[in-house]
Amino acid sequence: MRGLAQAIRETGVSGKRLMEVCGTHTMAAARFGLRSLLEGTVRLSSGPGCPVCVTPQKDIDRFLAIGFAHGAILTSFGDMLRVPGSESSLEEARAQGVDVRIVYSCMDAVDLACETDREVVLFGVGFETTAPGVGVAVVEAQKRGLRNFSVLAAHKTMPAALEALASSDIEVHGFILPGHVSAIIGAGAYEFLPERYGMPCVISGFEPADMLQAVKVLLEQIKAQQPKVEIQYSRAVSREGNRAAQAVLNRVFEPCDAVWRGLGMIEGSGLRLRDEFAQFDAAKRFDVEVPDRPEPAGCLCGQVLAGRVDPPDCSLFGEACTPEHPVGACMVSSEGACAAWYRYRG
Amino acid sequence: MREQSILLAHGAGGKLMSDLIERVFLSRFSRPGAKLGDDSAVLFASNKLAFTTDAYVVEPLFFPGGDIGRLAVFGTVNDLATAGARALWFSASFILEEGLELATLEAVADSMATAAKEAGVAVVTGDTKVVPRGAADKMFITTAGVGMLVRPWPVTGAGARPGDAVIINGPIADHGIAVLSQREGLRFESDVKSDCAPLGRLVAAAMSATDQVHAMRDPTRGGVASALNDLAAQSGVCIEIDEPAVPVRDSVRAACEMLGFDPLYVANEGKMIMICPEPEAEKVVEAIRKVPEGAEAVIIGRVLPEPAGQVHAKTALGTRRIIDKPVGELTPRIC
Amino acid sequence: MCLAVPMQVVSVEGERAEVQGAGTRRRIRTDLLPDVQTGEWVLVHAGFAIERIDAEEAAESMKLLEEMLGAVG
Repeated sequence: MRGLAQAIRETGVSGKRLMEVCGTHTMAAARFGLRSLLEGTVRLSSGPGCPVCVTPQKDIDRFLAIGFAHGAILTSFGDMLRVPGSESSLEEARAQGVDVRIVYSCMDAVDLACETDREVVLFGVGFETTAPGVGVAVVEAQKRGLRNFSVLAAHKTMPAALEALASSDIEVHGFILPGHVSAIIGAGAYEFLPERYGMPCVISGFEPADMLQAVKVLLEQIKAQQPKVEIQYSRAVSREGNRAAQAVLNRVFEPCDAVWRGLGMIEGSGLRLRDEFAQFDAAKRFDVEVPDRPEPAGCLCGQVLAGRVDPPDCSLFGEACTPEHPVGACMVSSEGACAAWYRYRG
Repeated sequence: MREQSILLAHGAGGKLMSDLIERVFLSRFSRPGAKLGDDSAVLFASNKLAFTTDAYVVEPLFFPGGDIGRLAVFGTVNDLATAGARALWFSASFILEEGLELATLEAVADSMATAAKEAGVAVVTGDTKVVPRGAADKMFITTAGVGMLVRPWPVTGAGARPGDAVIINGPIADHGIAVLSQREGLRFESDVKSDCAPLGRLVAAAMSATDQVHAMRDPTRGGVASALNDLAAQSGVCIEIDEPAVPVRDSVRAACEMLGFDPLYVANEGKMIMICPEPEAEKVVEAIRKVPEGAEAVIIGRVLPEPAGQVHAKTALGTRRIIDKPVGELTPRIC
Repeated sequence: MCLAVPMQVVSVEGERAEVQGAGTRRRIRTDLLPDVQTGEWVLVHAGFAIERIDAEEAAESMKLLEEMLGAVG
């Protein structure tokens, strides 16, 4: 590890800010103290890589409304259990009688729908790593002729968000790209970043040594002034990605505009179910209009997610907002920048 | 008795109930010269007593390596062992859901009787109630346990001192993973069995090896992380562990990785954290390694003066990470 | 958001496969890797195999990384 840190220093490049955009990278960096290891050479920032953190309050409110008003069985990945909507969370709703079930795989929700007459709704949260699986679930539900299964799609896609960041005024000198999203979409999906924005990019694995190696490669690109997309995580990522997974994604979903909590609307950065699958689309199946509610006062999740500020810059951090009593999603998610910072003290 | 399931009538105080109690409990828990049947047990003790209570609501009732009955007995033994007491007499109170299969109840009672024998404890009094279907999840067991202190002084969580070593008796997180592997909705198969075990003789071995066991805690729900935080807070010290030194079975680590769990936060039922002065630590480890429950005992860390109340781990890379008390229940993550 | 673990395929049956890693076994879906074979290593995410891992390359990289890790300054 020191060998890699040494090699990074030896590139002679310093004062650069690199951004990772994957919750698992945020965790790995915090857990192993990579930020402090790189101090003086590189400033490591967390971008909007935690799908739990970027799910807008309104989507959570919508999902809960389906449970409260229609008595549906709400199924979700465990990550979302404690995330606050504007008034409640899945955990609180469960205590109030809503039938909330945590699933490890979205196929469990399909199986559940086969075993009951009640409506079963899956919260479709996650990036391109998870969305193909949800797509498979929808296709399977169609195959089995299920009439009581639907998905509330809240998926987000990375390239559009990266473009929004690269074209913004946020100072970033290079991206550490998410390993598993890339395994699906392929390294080629990011080529517009160096081509259009001169942005150095390296797709990194999740071991701390993977990330350090990725940082080294990024600094070398910066030094040589040759931005491109390189794959550090070659054992799992290729240029084309997983074609079968991409095919499912394209078959079941289509791009749409999406709101990222704290960042606002990013064009074409979301996924919604195609019309062909309308009967599995919970947004169409249930009357789920919920009012717009403002984010909690003082919450800087949006700025943190955009990498504009660090968690301690938020006045709520560690005071009104802690892992026990989170105000914003960045603190609830174990991979949110704020939770990671709090737990591992940066 | 011809019924196959528990009926509300079994809790009503009449003949059906006394038949049930006789058949399921008295036949298993009575000992020669100590026939159960009165509402209270009368006991004689010659030393300071430790007293504990606990409730067991585990789901599923049967899991690899144990069941709710075994858990109830050993869990109570271990609460007493944590204080440096040898468990002697237990009460067992059952809340049964109407519709529970009698065969299930008998299997649990069998398991409790076996466990009690293994641990050298007697169930001397008990109670049975039946609640309507839906008002309980099959079976809840509440125990109370009385034990005698092994030494004239109790061991608490407040005795850890800077310069102490932190010892654990074996690999962590087995129980939590074993139980989870059986839960609906997770469905993975695992070689992992619960580490459910009575720790009385482990503690006795440690306390014979040295007079200076300063503090102990059995890490159950919330895992080692929770227990260490309790100790650090109670003792007003900082506890530092060497993460690579904390034993975790490969199969447990693999399951934790798959589900997104940190082994430090996963439940145990056969582990004891022991804290003693550093010069005594090797002696204690050697002594407890001679006992089956301590065969894989290791030193995992040390007690520092500050920051008081903090628990942190030195990672494989030499960096530090704070180990906070867990918040909320353990749920599988995909993120 | 990327919790995926490498596991080895023990058997394949249509869209389902059994994978194992250090004593843990699970049944997963192979829809996203339709031609997966027994013996291959795959990344498992939320009950799906999402990509193959080149086992040799993985072993190589891990070795290399471990060496770098061991190079204490």
